[in-house]
Amino acid sequence: MKLLVCIKQVPDLESRFKPNAEGVWYNETDLAWRMNEYDEYAVEQAVQLREKLGEGTELTVLSIGPDRVVEAVKKALAMGADNAVHIQDPAAAGKDPWQIASIIAAYAKDKGFDIIFTGMQSQDRGSAQVGVTVAEQLGFSCTTTIVGFECDGGNITAKRELEGGIKSVVKMKTPALVTCQLGLNVPRYPTLPNIMKAKKKEITAIPVADLLKDEALATTASFHPPAKKGGGIVLEGDTGVLVDQLIAILKDKTAVLR
Amino acid sequence: MKTLLIGEYREGKLLDSTYELLGFASQLGAETAMLLVGSESQLPAYGGTLYLADVAACAEYNPDLHKQLILDAVQKENPDYIVFLHSSYGWDLAPRVAASLRIAQVSEITSIVEGGFEVGCCNAKMRRTVKPNSVRAVLTIQAGAFPVLQPGGAPQLQKVSAAGSGTLEFVGYEPAEKKDVDLGKAEIIVSAGRGIGKKDNVPVIAALAKALGGELGASRPVVDAGWVEHSHQVGTTGQTVSPKLYVACGISGAIQHLAGMKKSDFIVAINKDKDAPIGEVADVLVVADVMQFVPALTAKLS
Ligand SMILES: Cc1cc2nc3c(=O)[nH]c(=O)nc-3n(C[C@H](O)[C@H](O)[C@H](O)COP(=O)(O)OP(=O)(O)OC[C@H]3O[C@@H](n4cnc5c(N)ncnc54)[C@H](O)[C@@H]3O)c2cc1C
Ligand SMILES: Nc1ncnc2c1ncn2[C@@H]1O[C@H](COP(=O)(O)O)[C@@H](O)[C@H]1O
Repeated sequence: MKLLVCIKQVPDLESRFKPNAEGVWYNETDLAWRMNEYDEYAVEQAVQLREKLGEGTELTVLSIGPDRVVEAVKKALAMGADNAVHIQDPAAAGKDPWQIASIIAAYAKDKGFDIIFTGMQSQDRGSAQVGVTVAEQLGFSCTTTIVGFECDGGNITAKRELEGGIKSVVKMKTPALVTCQLGLNVPRYPTLPNIMKAKKKEITAIPVADLLKDEALATTASFHPPAKKGGGIVLEGDTGVLVDQLIAILKDKTAVLR
Repeated sequence: MKTLLIGEYREGKLLDSTYELLGFASQLGAETAMLLVGSESQLPAYGGTLYLADVAACAEYNPDLHKQLILDAVQKENPDYIVFLHSSYGWDLAPRVAASLRIAQVSEITSIVEGGFEVGCCNAKMRRTVKPNSVRAVLTIQAGAFPVLQPGGAPQLQKVSAAGSGTLEFVGYEPAEKKDVDLGKAEIIVSAGRGIGKKDNVPVIAALAKALGGELGASRPVVDAGWVEHSHQVGTTGQTVSPKLYVACGISGAIQHLAGMKKSDFIVAINKDKDAPIGEVADVLVVADVMQFVPALTAKLS
């Protein structure tokens, strides 16, 4: 079987975000980067399947972005992917989900992948579009938000998570794409020997211009902080003082403390 | 301006969230038509055109068939916008429709603004204004972001159907895990988030819950990591709560968490990040290290 997992590198979400010069995305200086959380579950699921199938199975990891994304790609290799594709695009952040999906589909279309794994959404953009759009462009079966996955030959049984914790069970045949939800599995930490082994794995670089032919379908007009709702009290300072302040507020404003 | 609204139906019932689509269309000042894969015994209280497909023939989840029904209705209605809820149904189906039509999709809209639609990004810490470049566009709206509008009346029915069976087989539902704690009844809830750092710190949060006479709640990553049982999870895929006091310890305030607790009477958040989106709903935001502040608070209360 041939497996593909698509990963995005995103900033640490506890960072402070400031608009860039054009005011349409965040300024990238001083940010720490890591693999999109949802994609860690996708990588883990793909690696588990690759381990189960053994010989004759190949797992490729793909990421689109500037050179820094190779760090995330290396993590996926250390988790157990066989090889990688880095689609070089310093301007990836400015592309809309349709273009990102078109790039992935253009790369994948003649490679004979049986299953593609993506995250349910990216944490920074969060459109939840790229995975499904890739499947549509390739004509793959697809299901989203999976919290359970089994593959037996060309048959996939997936559990989708719905609101309120209800799940729905679906079956489909390969070629197929699944988008992975938090809690699908327990993503492994790469071990030191596997990190060393990963250094020898091949990362193929492809310039984005070789794959992208499509124009953006949507434009970001502005990136900004939310309008402050106001009203809330913000307490800062010494812990002891904060405790007294909070207790006083609770006594004053709620009926739970007397 | 015209919208085609995609209603939702699950486990034999029309979902109330369908009326949020009407609330959105009304804010947009748009005409509406609706499409629903459902049943005649569960019609929305709405007087416009309703394309109704029978759920027995099209299944509650069969994206290939549902997509076909929507594409057919788009041909007839010629809408400017095709609008879904950003729900497990909507985020699955919307990109399929957008890709088939090769048109823009704007996901999880929180408001209609000058020059486009506002959406959240960076885990809800920031916002973007997005504008479709295509003449027609697919939109998904954030659950709870727009008012519920139930105009009343009986829809003008147009029965529709789709041919074929699709590539997915819907096997059935699995119920949510059983709750051994009913947080819905709790008057005080103290919840642990990823900011508590590790499983060993859960008892520190539980101790505050006890000191206040309340229950322990949790955000999803804490549950996924096995630190706290699922029955304590608050949010869209956990429980919806509205206690007199909700204390969020090391919780960022993602929309899926807020959806489960923002109706609480009084919300206290303890977070080291002053910009954390939980601040948007908190009555009091204590900017502090949760593992320093919480034990000190518990000690003072006991
Ligand atoms: C379809 C779907 C359904 C979901 N359903 C749910 C749901 O039901 N419930 C739910 O909770 N989530 C749900 N999620 C996940 C949700 O999007 C967030 O990922 C999750 O709520 C984040 O949990 P958190 O706030 O604990 O963690 P994080 O987002 O990682 O936030 C941790 C916070 O702790 C703070 N912090 C870190 N260290 C400290 C410290 N020492 N002292 C004080 N503060 C500190 C940080 O500043 C940060 O704000 C769902 C997601 C999806 C896509
Ligand atoms: N730049 C990228 N490179 C590779 N995969 C991506 C990229 N952007 C998004 N994806 C994949 O698409 C999923 C959904 O992203 P989004 O549509 O942005 O929410 C992510 O979880 C990734 O698996």
